[in-house]
Amino acid sequence: MAKLIGGLGTSHIPAIGGAIHRGAQQEPYWKPFFDGFAPIHDWLGEKKPDVVVMFYNDHGLNFFLDKMPTFAVGAAPEYHNADEGWGIPTMPPFKGELDLSWQIINTLVEKEFDIVTCQEMLVDHACTLPLKLFWPEGDCPVTVVPVCINTVQFPLPKPGRVYALGKAVGEAIKAWDSTKTVAVMASGGLSHQLDGERAGFINKAFDLQFLDSLESNPEWATQFSVHELVEKTGTQGVELLMWLAMRGALATGGGPKVRRVSGNYHIPISNTATAVLALETL
Amino acid sequence: MSQPLPKIFGTTPFDGEQAQKGYALNKMCFSFNAAENRNAFKADEEAYMRQYGLNDAQAAAIRARNVLQLIAAGGNAYYLAKFAGIFGLDMQDIGAQQTGMTKDEFKAKLVAAGQ
Repeated sequence: MAKLIGGLGTSHIPAIGGAIHRGAQQEPYWKPFFDGFAPIHDWLGEKKPDVVVMFYNDHGLNFFLDKMPTFAVGAAPEYHNADEGWGIPTMPPFKGELDLSWQIINTLVEKEFDIVTCQEMLVDHACTLPLKLFWPEGDCPVTVVPVCINTVQFPLPKPGRVYALGKAVGEAIKAWDSTKTVAVMASGGLSHQLDGERAGFINKAFDLQFLDSLESNPEWATQFSVHELVEKTGTQGVELLMWLAMRGALATGGGPKVRRVSGNYHIPISNTATAVLALETL
Repeated sequence: MSQPLPKIFGTTPFDGEQAQKGYALNKMCFSFNAAENRNAFKADEEAYMRQYGLNDAQAAAIRARNVLQLIAAGGNAYYLAKFAGIFGLDMQDIGAQQTGMTKDEFKAKLVAAGQ
């Protein structure tokens, strides 16, 4: 059976793509963010995952309001990035992992998550930047199964439901008849708000408590409604749902426990409180 | 029916009501993913807005480049970001405009959130 080695999380602000393109990682503004990745690069170099299941939210590249799935699972042989409106250079295509895609799709529907499946799917900065951040050198060494969670149009899925989805994905990975090594990844957050008179809202105390909870008390954030999460983390801070899904995937069957490999929290990059985290399953 | 949710200051959750109201506006902004559409908009804004059937409030908000008015007219932040990109505006420009601050004041507010 496949081996689930752990979970990764990172913020995914478009400006990060610009910084990577310009080689600005060591500039004073960017250094506190990019430096958070070095210990995780070492860990990934040791663990060498073959596949990443990526929980992310589309920002209006692949999905529009004409058809807006709550949960969508990629089942494509490769995933293409494209212009999102800002002319930031696009990333080369990422290879899919079809067998695991269908393993996850079949498991989720069996467990009554009636997801949308996508044999073609453009992936935006939320899917591409984390891969570039965790594997900055050369071609991306992992194949990918993207799982898109709606954060555009309310009602959004409840935090408890997202955690349960993650748990079901974790069970699908562990039951996958493969010798491959898999990591789950969360792309998004933490607290930030782009729109309205409350633009620029950041909640450091909540973010730090949330990051702590991922290690020791992973269901902590499921006590909140989506509306309460918006109040506490901002309209785009609800992207922390991705982190809940990632952590849910590591909670298969009541265990295993996790070890925090490394993490970083920094304010601000663009309008966002950024976080980076790696958790290893024990 | 469920009770209305408590209002959060300066925040408009993009719910079904907003999604219906803003459909034409958001559809136009979604089209700005393609460079050729951004160029077509720049070449003739009024014709481009007519093509997408924007209502008067939406068209006025686009002409004014006013983000709060765009949100009031049903705009969604993720799609509006593509409109802002046409003018090379970043999220601190947008944040400053919505909060009535200068860009430097807005950036200082973000830094202060980390202290």
